[in-house]
Amino acid sequence: MNKLIRFIPLVLFVALGIVLFRGLSLNPTELPSALIGKSFPEFSLATVKDAEHTVTKADFRKGIKLVNVWGTWCPACRSEHSYLIELSKSKRFTLYGLNYDDERGLAQQWLTRLGDPYEFSAFDEEGKLSVNLGVYAAPETFVVDDLGIIRKRFAGPIDARIWRQEFEPLVTQIENERKQRRN
Amino acid sequence: MFNKIFLCTFLFGLLLCNLTTYASPVDTYEFNNEVTKIRFNALTKELRCPKCQNQNLADSNSPIAADLRREVYELLQQGKADMEIVDFMVKRYGDFVLYRPRINSLTYILWFGPAVLLLIGAIVVVVILRRKPVAQTEQVLNAEQKNQLDNILKDKE
Amino acid sequence: MIPELGHFALIIAFAFAICLSIVPLVGIISNHQKLITYAKPLTFGMFSFTTISIMILAYSFVTDDFSVKYVASHSNTHLPYYFKMSAVWGGHEGSLLLWVFSLTAWTAAVAKYSKGIEDVFIARVLAILGMIAVGFIAFTVLTSNPFERLWPNVPLEGRDLNPLLQDVLFLIHPPLLYMGYVGFAVAYAFAVAALMCGKLDAAWARWARPWTVGAWIFLTIGISLGSWWAYYELGWGGWWFWDPVENASFMPWLIGTALIHSLAVTEKRGAFRNWTVLLAIFAFSLSLLGTFIVRSGIITSVHSFAADPSRGMFILYLLAIAVGGSLTLFALRASNVASFSRFALYSRETALLICNIVLVIACITVLLGTLYPLLVDAMGLGKMSVGPPYFNAVFVPIMSLLFVVMGIGPLIRWKKAKKGELRKQLFSPSILSVIFGLCFPFVYGGEFNAWVAMGVTLACWVQLVVLKELLNQTKLADGLRSFSRITLSQWGMTIAHSGIAITIVGVTLVSIYETETNVKMNIGESVNVAGVDIRFDGVKQVQGPNYSADQGQFTLSKNGEFVSLLQPERRTYLVQTMGMTEAAMDAGLFRDVYIALGDPLSGNAWAIRVHYKPFVRWIWLGTIFMALGGGCSVMDKRYRRKKEKVTPTKVVAANKDNDAVIQTSMPQSISKQS
Repeated sequence: MNKLIRFIPLVLFVALGIVLFRGLSLNPTELPSALIGKSFPEFSLATVKDAEHTVTKADFRKGIKLVNVWGTWCPACRSEHSYLIELSKSKRFTLYGLNYDDERGLAQQWLTRLGDPYEFSAFDEEGKLSVNLGVYAAPETFVVDDLGIIRKRFAGPIDARIWRQEFEPLVTQIENERKQRRN
Repeated sequence: MFNKIFLCTFLFGLLLCNLTTYASPVDTYEFNNEVTKIRFNALTKELRCPKCQNQNLADSNSPIAADLRREVYELLQQGKADMEIVDFMVKRYGDFVLYRPRINSLTYILWFGPAVLLLIGAIVVVVILRRKPVAQTEQVLNAEQKNQLDNILKDKE
Repeated sequence: MIPELGHFALIIAFAFAICLSIVPLVGIISNHQKLITYAKPLTFGMFSFTTISIMILAYSFVTDDFSVKYVASHSNTHLPYYFKMSAVWGGHEGSLLLWVFSLTAWTAAVAKYSKGIEDVFIARVLAILGMIAVGFIAFTVLTSNPFERLWPNVPLEGRDLNPLLQDVLFLIHPPLLYMGYVGFAVAYAFAVAALMCGKLDAAWARWARPWTVGAWIFLTIGISLGSWWAYYELGWGGWWFWDPVENASFMPWLIGTALIHSLAVTEKRGAFRNWTVLLAIFAFSLSLLGTFIVRSGIITSVHSFAADPSRGMFILYLLAIAVGGSLTLFALRASNVASFSRFALYSRETALLICNIVLVIACITVLLGTLYPLLVDAMGLGKMSVGPPYFNAVFVPIMSLLFVVMGIGPLIRWKKAKKGELRKQLFSPSILSVIFGLCFPFVYGGEFNAWVAMGVTLACWVQLVVLKELLNQTKLADGLRSFSRITLSQWGMTIAHSGIAITIVGVTLVSIYETETNVKMNIGESVNVAGVDIRFDGVKQVQGPNYSADQGQFTLSKNGEFVSLLQPERRTYLVQTMGMTEAAMDAGLFRDVYIALGDPLSGNAWAIRVHYKPFVRWIWLGTIFMALGGGCSVMDKRYRRKKEKVTPTKVVAANKDNDAVIQTSMPQSISKQS
């Protein structure tokens, strides 16, 4: 065959090399949420603190909501907890907890001992809400806007830097949207 | 650098959540009939555990896999079809959980690639076989040499 | 002190490698015979110091030297001594050193056992292998030093070897696998050397062939052991998961298989020269790609080492230089000489051509499936997965096509099949295969099953054809038969192809007829699986050297007669506190019964899983035959000749005016070639 065909393997390899190079900067374990842009799922769960008290979506306050999935078995949740206490002081949003795959007694102790940053913490006994949210690890934090739409799912512990980088711009954006709606 | 630390911590967290990954999960779900049991086994093999290091729902012992297996079981008990169960999972976890990629514009190359390759391969074979020998004047063997050659070849084959 | 010596030895080996890659080539270019002769001593130097290095690492493990970071991460004082040795390759740094060791070992072997080959050519080959060694030793020393120390906080205990790896197979699977993977570097070096000096003839193919088959044998056994290990260790009865790392070892195997057959054609007929060189480059490129995939973290897998993109970058550079360089050389220097061997449509060459193309397509398909999620993610189009359902769906048809053509190859003549002869030869194997294939599912399973029929038919087809050719070859001129005529090479083909047939049977039957039963059993209860009664006799506590376990007691009986006692365990390791199942099995040639102990349930009940796996051992039995066949092939007399006998070469070159220029040399000896 002629000369040019012999260059085909090289060309294909270069193309492959580019893909692999690109691949090095990706993170294969990161899983984007399938629920971005969809409504927060309905739920009806008891809270961690009180087994008799049931909460539903209607119990969410107006405004921006942050739903944090946590468990006492999760060390990263432990490490982000103090920052969550800081966050809970903010007036721009309300922080809710979703206790996943845990024991109520342990969860209560945890909140008593370390402080409770959550407006309430739903106790996901059967894991149904977590599955509906596509939760696959802990900690995860969902940003839900005024209209009940899930805007972001962040998997991993939050600290000041992460907040600034990942959450702050989105919260500001939602607030701007709110202003625009009012006008 | 910081990203690396963060990633390590997070992965470490994931890892600890995976304490019993290598103990083979043995669920004891009761099924109404054999067909449902077979469907359960098939579905849990087709769905990927969202968090594990490349394991299907059937083989992983992480909590999320156990939860999802139970979900599949309950959906089967509710009489849902296979397609509905798969859609349920995809709606919540994305296409990532499908080990059998859906056939859509994104995966045409994946699914039809091999067939196209076979076609190209066939064309290559035909082209090679049809190639006319380069015009050359071969040494002509006389009858005796030809005979000798034939004998040698027959002996070799 | 001693680990530093290990580090130092590795650096010395690095120095040898650098010299090896430069000195002989300088000698060749400047025609300095002396420099060329340095190739072999430099090789042995490189090998010796790498050996010292890895032995020192092993010594650090065995003496529990936890001041070495790598030892502290992968060992423990309670770890049995044989596992301490295997822990050398329990992590990235150590296994990389094993990679380098394998490379230097192959290089030394080439230097030692190449008496029949031109000195200049061997010097080139060794230099190229030296270059690869430079790349990998640099990678080890610069980014993945196994001798790094943990001063001043030396831990008293190590973090223990991953319990999954605490198994005797871990002692042999990685070394064999690496010898296979890395062994294709030799074929690669031969190919590049041939391109460099324009020597792409049948002689080159003869020289390269035994080395390639040798690497192929190691890879076959390595992959087979991996599959076997997954089967009995992981507790879920699977033996192949199309995991990216598994695929990374399978792709070189597919190309390697194509390569050994292509080399055969080039050696015997002078055809397929460029194709063979390209395959040799591909095989090793895929090995390098596999190394990249496993260590860079771009793909998630249970087998991958700790992800480090910066290491990945280094390997990508190595890949770019080795593969990019060789492919450029190929594009520029591939043989312009047309093959002198013309072959007809119906000929062995055609059959081998088709088989090679199908094998390459199979490999590309596996590559496509493995890298597709990465491709999609790299283009920002989301995350997707490609798993066993895809691979099984596309791979089976392609391989089936291969098996059909594999049935024609052994029986068809070289160059041109005689009219009608092919039909006559293939008639009885085809009829027998189809009949047997169609009947088998009825006889074995009680009802028809198309997949079983197809699999068994193909297996019979492959087997009968190769047996028939063996019988054909035993025919003497006077009508009598003699097996002494059969060369080792012919035996090799027969045995290896039989291995394929056996594996096809195993894969087909186990996939269709296996059963899996999850039950809750109380003590004293029995369950019947495929005619075997399994009685649960309770659980007792046992202690191992570094673990404690719940050990189930199961009595197997058939028709009232005792068969065996199975004792599956659920272990908890002391250090890594991982739970791990050790399944127990009653093995047999025609079926395995396999029990895994699950969680304890309320009361005295336990969750039990029972697998019934018919013919599963045939999968690995077949691979043993394949390796044996390869072994026979390598031992063939013509590779053990000290001096090279001149073989008939006829070079037909066409110059610009299309005038023929013919050079013929008469054979000094006509040796029996099969």
